[in-house]
Amino acid sequence: MGDLATITSQEVMIEIGGAPILVRCESPVRSESLEFLRMLEGRYGGFLSPNSLPVFEFDVELMPPGRITNREEISVRLEQGRWLIERGDLRAEWDQNARRGLIVQSANPYSIDVALRIFHSLMLAREGGLLVHAASAVRNGKAFLFAGVSGAGKTTISRLAPPDALLLTDEISYLRREEQGFVAHGTPFAGELARVGENVQAPLAALYLLHQGPENLIEPLGHSEAVRKLMENVLFFANDPELVRMVFETACELVRQVPVYRLTFVPDKRVWELIV
Amino acid sequence: MSAAYIARATDVAARALGGEMMIMSAKDSTLFTLNPVATIIWQSADGNTPVAAIVREKICAEFDVDPMVATRDAESFVNDLASHGLLIVSNEPIGRTKPAQGGAR
Repeated sequence: MGDLATITSQEVMIEIGGAPILVRCESPVRSESLEFLRMLEGRYGGFLSPNSLPVFEFDVELMPPGRITNREEISVRLEQGRWLIERGDLRAEWDQNARRGLIVQSANPYSIDVALRIFHSLMLAREGGLLVHAASAVRNGKAFLFAGVSGAGKTTISRLAPPDALLLTDEISYLRREEQGFVAHGTPFAGELARVGENVQAPLAALYLLHQGPENLIEPLGHSEAVRKLMENVLFFANDPELVRMVFETACELVRQVPVYRLTFVPDKRVWELIV
Repeated sequence: MSAAYIARATDVAARALGGEMMIMSAKDSTLFTLNPVATIIWQSADGNTPVAAIVREKICAEFDVDPMVATRDAESFVNDLASHGLLIVSNEPIGRTKPAQGGAR
């Protein structure tokens, strides 16, 4: 009984956007695996879902700290039916049909975070969803996205959010296309606030493109400019024409369904009076 | 050029939205918003209709435009899209018929 009581799981289930992914780590040095998995449990705390059925499984092979590949820049590509991600600190590969993959990295939480972001971006592309470089929050049961490049104000507007707004993320927004429309989900993909989002979801009510300026101002955008700006903020790494086409179709559909505005704002909390 | 045939490339995504046609190269994600005349040329690029016929029968018939100006503008547009790999240009019919992409929804 004593031994059984000390057995600790060598896997964690991380459910983001309603997609449970099992991460298993069975390093020959058991304590190393457990320490890594406990680190993941801490990082993805609100997104752990141990009783869900996984839609995908990743094994993690831990290596000593150092370069895993010789790639300076990230590479995401499809080769002979297998997706490959390569970066200096990371190599991941998976077979979408087999629903299994392998991540090779050192015992750090950042490399697997990159792999998960890219995995979700590719999965969403096929399912009519998007990962958007945007903060998002739920207020009055409706989700609002605030998109923009670094420095546009995602962190600022997240920090200014009133107590009744649930922050879904300050960095990477997760959108799924469902029957009733687009739904925004919380993500653990944190930006400068280093704060994991709330694991909740709500129908997307508006997309705001952020600009900081001398006054608070909301201006509607035309369809083509809205699509162009949205596409600029979609996270998509793969050089795959079929998926690029799907992402474009999804961006067009989102702009057709959801109002898109340019939000110029003064960095103080009054801007949230406009977000209702 | 005006005797040339044009066809839409395959690695292109197109969508009509709010009265505007947008097309995007799936290879390099270059995005174009087409004006009404360019939209007609795009939708008529079936590989079997010469540019000259598109200008004469569709553009000049629908818009109050000088045929010389319309031809020059059409050639400029075709060259632009062809340079991004979005249109295929040939001196002979291209022989690949495909329904116009991106119908209004």
